[in-house]
Amino acid sequence: MTIPKDIPEKWFPIVLPLKRKKQEGLNADKERRERTEEERRVRANDREYNEKFQYANNCIMTSKYNIITFLPVNLFEQFQEVANTYFLFLLILQLIPQISSLSWFTTIVPLVLVLSITAVKDATDDYFRHKSDNQVNNRQSQVLIHGILQKEKWMNVRVGDIIKLENNQFVAADLLLLSSSEPHGLCYIETAELDGETNMKVRQSLSVTSELGDPNNLAQFDGEVICEPPNNKLDRFCGTLYWRESKYSLSNQNMLLRGCVLRNTESCYGLVIFAGPDTKLMQNSGRTKFKRTSIDRLMNTLVLWIFGFLVCMGVILAIGNAVWEKEVGSLFQSYLPWDPPVDNFLFSAFLAFWSYVIILNTVVPISLYVSVEVIRLGHSYFINWDRRMYCQRRNTPAEARTTTLNEELGQVEYIFSDKTGTLTQNIMTFNKCSINGHAYGEVIDTLGAQPKRGQPLDFSFNPLADPDFCFYDQSLLDSVKLGEPLVHQFFRLLSLCHTVMSEEKSEGELVYKAQSPDEGALVTAARNFGFVFRSRTPSTVTVQELGRPVTYTLLAILDFNNIRKRMSVIVRNPEGKIRLYCKGADTLLFERLHPCNQDLMNVTSDHLNEYAGDGLRTLALAYRDLSEQQWEDWAELLRSAERATDFREDRLAAVYEEIEQDMMLLGATAIEDKLQEGVPETIAILSLANIKIWVLTGDKQETAVNIGYSCKMLTDDMTEVFHISGHTVQSVREDLRRARERMMESARSRDGGKEEGMEGWGEGCSLGNGFGVGGVGGGADWQPQREEKQQGSVPPPGPPSTLLDSIAGEYALVISGHSLAHALEADMEQEFLDTACACKAVICCRVTPLQKALVVELVKKHKKAVTLAIGDGANDVSMIKSAHIGVGISGQEGIQAVLASDYSFSQFRFLQRLLLVHGRWSYLRMCRFLCYFFYKNFAFTMVHFWFGFFCGFSAQTVYDQYFITLYNIVYTSLPVLAMGIFDQDVPEQRSLEYPKLYEPGQLNLLFNKREFFICIAQGIYTSVVLFFVPYGVLSQASRNDGIPLADYQTFAVTVATSLVIVVSVQIALDTGYWTAINHFFVWGSLGAYFTILFAMHSNILFSIFPNQFCFAGSAQNTLGQPVVWLTIALATVVCIVPVLAFRFLKLDLKPQLSDTVRYTQLVRQKKRKPGGRGGRGASGGVGGLGGGALGRLGRAGSRRSGYAFAHQEGFGELITSGKNMRLSSLALATFASRHSASWIDTLRKKKQQAAQPGGESSPAAAPAAPLSTSSSLLGPQEATAEEAAHTPLGPACSNAVTPTLARSPGGDSIGGWAVNLGAVQEALFGWRGVGARISGASSPGPPPIAEESSLTE
Amino acid sequence: MASGYSGKEEDGLRSGAPGGPGGGEEVRSRKPDNTAFKQQRLPAWQPVLTAGTVLPAFFAIGCLFIPIGIGLYVTSNNIKEFEIDYTGDDVLSPCFNCSQSYSWNSTCTCAVSFSLDQSFESEVYMYYGLSNFYQNHRRYVKSRDDRQLNGDISSLRNPSKECEPYQRNENMPIAPCGAIANSMFNDTLELYYVLSNGSLAAISLTKTGIAWWTDKHVKFRNPGGNNSNLQAAFRDTTKPVNWRKPVYELDTDPDNNGFINEDFIVWMRTAALPTFRKLYRIIHKNGVTTTLPQGNYILNITYNYPVRSFEGRKRVILSTISWMGGKNPFLGIAYITVGTVCFFLGVVLLIINHKFGNRSNSADIPS
Repeated sequence: MTIPKDIPEKWFPIVLPLKRKKQEGLNADKERRERTEEERRVRANDREYNEKFQYANNCIMTSKYNIITFLPVNLFEQFQEVANTYFLFLLILQLIPQISSLSWFTTIVPLVLVLSITAVKDATDDYFRHKSDNQVNNRQSQVLIHGILQKEKWMNVRVGDIIKLENNQFVAADLLLLSSSEPHGLCYIETAELDGETNMKVRQSLSVTSELGDPNNLAQFDGEVICEPPNNKLDRFCGTLYWRESKYSLSNQNMLLRGCVLRNTESCYGLVIFAGPDTKLMQNSGRTKFKRTSIDRLMNTLVLWIFGFLVCMGVILAIGNAVWEKEVGSLFQSYLPWDPPVDNFLFSAFLAFWSYVIILNTVVPISLYVSVEVIRLGHSYFINWDRRMYCQRRNTPAEARTTTLNEELGQVEYIFSDKTGTLTQNIMTFNKCSINGHAYGEVIDTLGAQPKRGQPLDFSFNPLADPDFCFYDQSLLDSVKLGEPLVHQFFRLLSLCHTVMSEEKSEGELVYKAQSPDEGALVTAARNFGFVFRSRTPSTVTVQELGRPVTYTLLAILDFNNIRKRMSVIVRNPEGKIRLYCKGADTLLFERLHPCNQDLMNVTSDHLNEYAGDGLRTLALAYRDLSEQQWEDWAELLRSAERATDFREDRLAAVYEEIEQDMMLLGATAIEDKLQEGVPETIAILSLANIKIWVLTGDKQETAVNIGYSCKMLTDDMTEVFHISGHTVQSVREDLRRARERMMESARSRDGGKEEGMEGWGEGCSLGNGFGVGGVGGGADWQPQREEKQQGSVPPPGPPSTLLDSIAGEYALVISGHSLAHALEADMEQEFLDTACACKAVICCRVTPLQKALVVELVKKHKKAVTLAIGDGANDVSMIKSAHIGVGISGQEGIQAVLASDYSFSQFRFLQRLLLVHGRWSYLRMCRFLCYFFYKNFAFTMVHFWFGFFCGFSAQTVYDQYFITLYNIVYTSLPVLAMGIFDQDVPEQRSLEYPKLYEPGQLNLLFNKREFFICIAQGIYTSVVLFFVPYGVLSQASRNDGIPLADYQTFAVTVATSLVIVVSVQIALDTGYWTAINHFFVWGSLGAYFTILFAMHSNILFSIFPNQFCFAGSAQNTLGQPVVWLTIALATVVCIVPVLAFRFLKLDLKPQLSDTVRYTQLVRQKKRKPGGRGGRGASGGVGGLGGGALGRLGRAGSRRSGYAFAHQEGFGELITSGKNMRLSSLALATFASRHSASWIDTLRKKKQQAAQPGGESSPAAAPAAPLSTSSSLLGPQEATAEEAAHTPLGPACSNAVTPTLARSPGGDSIGGWAVNLGAVQEALFGWRGVGARISGASSPGPPPIAEESSLTE
Repeated sequence: MASGYSGKEEDGLRSGAPGGPGGGEEVRSRKPDNTAFKQQRLPAWQPVLTAGTVLPAFFAIGCLFIPIGIGLYVTSNNIKEFEIDYTGDDVLSPCFNCSQSYSWNSTCTCAVSFSLDQSFESEVYMYYGLSNFYQNHRRYVKSRDDRQLNGDISSLRNPSKECEPYQRNENMPIAPCGAIANSMFNDTLELYYVLSNGSLAAISLTKTGIAWWTDKHVKFRNPGGNNSNLQAAFRDTTKPVNWRKPVYELDTDPDNNGFINEDFIVWMRTAALPTFRKLYRIIHKNGVTTTLPQGNYILNITYNYPVRSFEGRKRVILSTISWMGGKNPFLGIAYITVGTVCFFLGVVLLIINHKFGNRSNSADIPS
């Protein structure tokens, strides 16, 4: 293994899209290349010929700058931003002396600061891109140059080179496969990096080239490939090879694409067709869509409004100026003549307008954008740093790949989830089985409440057992050991009836390669119970039955397909008996049983129901003994069917059907499609947070529904689960209508016959789920609505949404891909959406990646809600990209989804933390930040407006110009940044405990236009106070040495000091979480203000630059006066008291849930006896959702069996044709009964030499064996090491999901359970409780006095 | 086919897969550090607005502000202040004639008589006040050259562009340049006490100590240092257009002449508002007698400064001073008002909290 460990992450050096324009460099590069190429001609081993075309070499360049171009290019890019250009414009305005109301540096200092911060960030990003480019470019590959293999760096590989790849190496460029070490020129690749699919794919070289074999021949190869120009279609390639006067057409089947990994193939040779930026991988990488958050959009609107406001102010003041200059200024000319170019008041007013635009521009300071970016960056780092989103097993921390979306995580309303790999681990474990009417696998501990897993069975008797396999029911093992024939038959079936391939790398080290994990699980189960599938050839299957090797002749594989939903094998055992073994979906299998099985069928059927109720995937197993005659007859039929040219499939199916009759039932298996850790809990919590979860899966309906049940999205308590699987527009429409009517009916009957039309209902839907835009029904209104939503049974006082609300929570919708295609058509989408939104759970199965995206787009378009898509595979990429937020599950199926995602982590359950903790906080912080930011700038700037009325509208500033320069970047930036980064309203465990806390974000309550106007109003009020209080005081006052205080500089210092103090007090009020950093920043800012003030007004600076620092002495003269301090105190109190009173009233009369939680937190802290309790880590609440509560609900459900196979056709044909068998293994199989390893080795060598007579090949092939041996040896070691590493961490990891039992006084286990339920209910009904506390006495359980893990210790 | 058990293996280990923690090589754990900062567990104070904190704050503000307000108000009321408007708008006023002239160079005197009902005990400060005079106009404010005023020779010879159009006159640099200096207040005010025998006793007016110390000693400096010959220092410069005499003839006292003339410095400290007053003279208490006894006074004005052109007004103010400065009723009243409002707000909030308050004091979220 020569490949560095961290390649998957580093593979795409580009994709951390910190900045929107990240991909531009790449695109530019691409454009350059694309200008002419219409077809590509590549001649092997002929660099001169290929150089004519100037194809891109294999060097990738994702960086944008080099040292020389950095400054101009970066500046150019930065000035493409509207904000930056705007400030540049202001700067130019300021250079006109008649307009300049501020010195140029008031704008240039912040501008330069901002530009340089961005530039530094860009430079750092680019540096890392250079680094990773270099790393990738300098990888070694073996290139065939002049017939000799030479080591070359990747970047030196040219189009037309022939390179050699070895097992587990990354493919360096897009190659045409020429030959491989495997027979038939086959080679196996894993395309996980490319499309996310982890199952191996087979590529085959053209037979003419596969014969070339060794380097000497290849060096002579001079074929020419003519093919399509570079494109980004991963699954298509079209070209022709011209060689030795003949044409061979090439397809994707012959291509190895850059980014793939070679697997199970010792080596192969390929001809470079596309290199570097032309490879499909790179062509696919440049499409990152820049996402904006709703706050962003709102902010942009608001900024536009503010500009409008600015212009209005400017116009008002300009009119004022015109009037003043006409009425007063013209008379005042003996003291103050007009500037030479100004000859009338109108022109003066025009100039005044621009002057005021300059001084009022600070309402939208340039630092706004930078601060927002900084805050988001901080939040992203917190996500990256979160240990509770770190997965020990995969060694992957969560990663915020986009830094611009964080606050939107706090507003998610719809989650679209993939199933496989996201909700489930895609690990199948053999969990239970029913053999001959006897159920095994159920282990119930003595308490009876929870199935407690005891010790896993000891399979040590079986040297070939898979150590990872766990089973807990001793009785099954006993039955096997006792030799019950049916049990043996059962496992024999499992060991024979499958298409698994095996490899025995060394004695006893069996590795199975199964096409679907279900099969793997079944065969592994058989293996551990003593029926070890050892090896196969096209016509035999060797099984070690309880230590005794038995070789069966494989007569036929009746392969699986979707319609048949079963597979069978027909084998002849060594005794010559022919038997058909069949496994398949119970519904289909039961129809084909011999009538004598009726009783057994009933029992088994019960068992199946039971398993299905637990969300297990079930299969029924049956066999049939065949006589020689029957087999002969049928084989004849089969042969004729196989020979048929037309309708071969159908004929085969009919033939299969014929033999699969009168079978004897053996039993059933139940396989657990293992959910990811904590999935049901996460889903429960998220739905408590009013987030709707839709599962979009490519899986079959049964599987999807099964998973829906096992992760508790669907429950048997639901009134109805609508299945929509119509194939025509009409039937889908009908189904949808019917579903809606059903819901309406029940809602109506519940509502006591409230008449509600379809339209009203639709409105209700959107009202209930849409945003409370612009304060429509904000505040007071939404609260009761929300209550009712939770309280379906409370008779609601009449808003239209109640109809929907009473519907919600009881229905589910399952829709298949076919129907979805119709439902997504333009005329039906609204109908579909309405229906779907009324359901609590929606499962779309059999959907294509495109449909996934369409569903997301649909909800995005009509619901105005924030959507989040989570998935792990390449098929989820489209949905991840189209949702507002895309989350990729890393470490499962390659990294395609991760690359497209905005956030990535390795467990679905981290989603709750991402949303409820990080998202919530981010949203809260961003909202508070924005509110405060607009406030402080309005307070700061509007003072100029008021002063305009007293200074002849001359655009004289109130403050010292240095103050204006530094106000936003020094005096007030850090405290608000600290708040924006560190603030917390409630501790993290509370936000998980009370998912309802998430709702304000969904409703957009914390920052919307209404809030914005409140902030603005507050800012304007503050500015009024800040101007008129000093005005009132100072205009009359004099110092205690008689000198009047009303001079301009004293006034400026007083107002500025008041302003700084007022906004500092305000940030102190706004900050809910005072860390040391906040203290430092707040006090530090105040300190900095006074320090800088005195420094700027010092005599020393004045004596150096008398014209620049003309405020000399103002600070000491002003701030030494008691009157000034009295003024400042007065202004501060007048500004703050109304805010304080208002906030207090709001908290007191209409507390939000977060306020209440926060308050109770405080009370609890006070009540807590100091030092009394241990067990700090315990946190209360939701634990009840886990374990027991979710354990065993809904036993009595309908049968939900799923045939646990993959969708594709099996490997059956490959097996019987023997195509994928290595010669070595073929040979091995015949000698399978002997186990002399050394003998095998010698045989292997012989065979290889025979197969590849070239002298070069045998050393190439020989190392392969030890290589694979070593890796297989390493396997279990790693596994145990990982296990060990994981075990101690398990509790810590799961802490977030399943908080331990809440403590209740004297609570035994049952008591604790009740408390937990109480806590959940509490969370559920929290709103109602807060809203109407009078009825609050009837709390369902003892109040959970949960221990907090103290934050403030 | 080789290696691997299933497509997606049991525990994510892909034997031999790069990226997976395979190969027996030690893999650096990427687990984030467990620091309070990174885990957002920094110890923090989490203030909550409760009735227990907010209401006392309101009462405290009330209790603090009302006494301060009363104190300020009383102090302010004890200050004696007397103001005479001598603009001369009114035909009957003594300065009517003088005010009719719009010219800077008319020398016109008028005498305003007034009487003080109460004697001014301690030191009395004499101000002149101007109304509707926009010393805070942007173009006015910037029309000066601080470098020149600080005695810089090069700026003296070559004043800043900001001084336009009072930068140069007849090709000579103006010293001091700029509109502010040019429009310096140049009325002369003299105060006489009318003795009981009808004769006039001149009251001595101190003309120093009326500017900021920093202005006098740091900001304003004569060119060429203090002891040199001022006239020589200001050679090759010309007086501002509106001035009658050059800057070096403002006073005879060398410590109060040229740029460091305190009347000049006071004028150069521009006012924040269009109605302002500036300290003109100080009447020091001499001996044990009251500074300005009760009785009649005559104010002799050399009326040079035209204000009628822009409808300005001119005043003279006599005022005593307390620890907190001059008369300032606003501050006291404001303090009393704010204190009272806070107090009442406290009471109202208390009642609201008591009657309608929705928060229990229990540690639970009510359900």
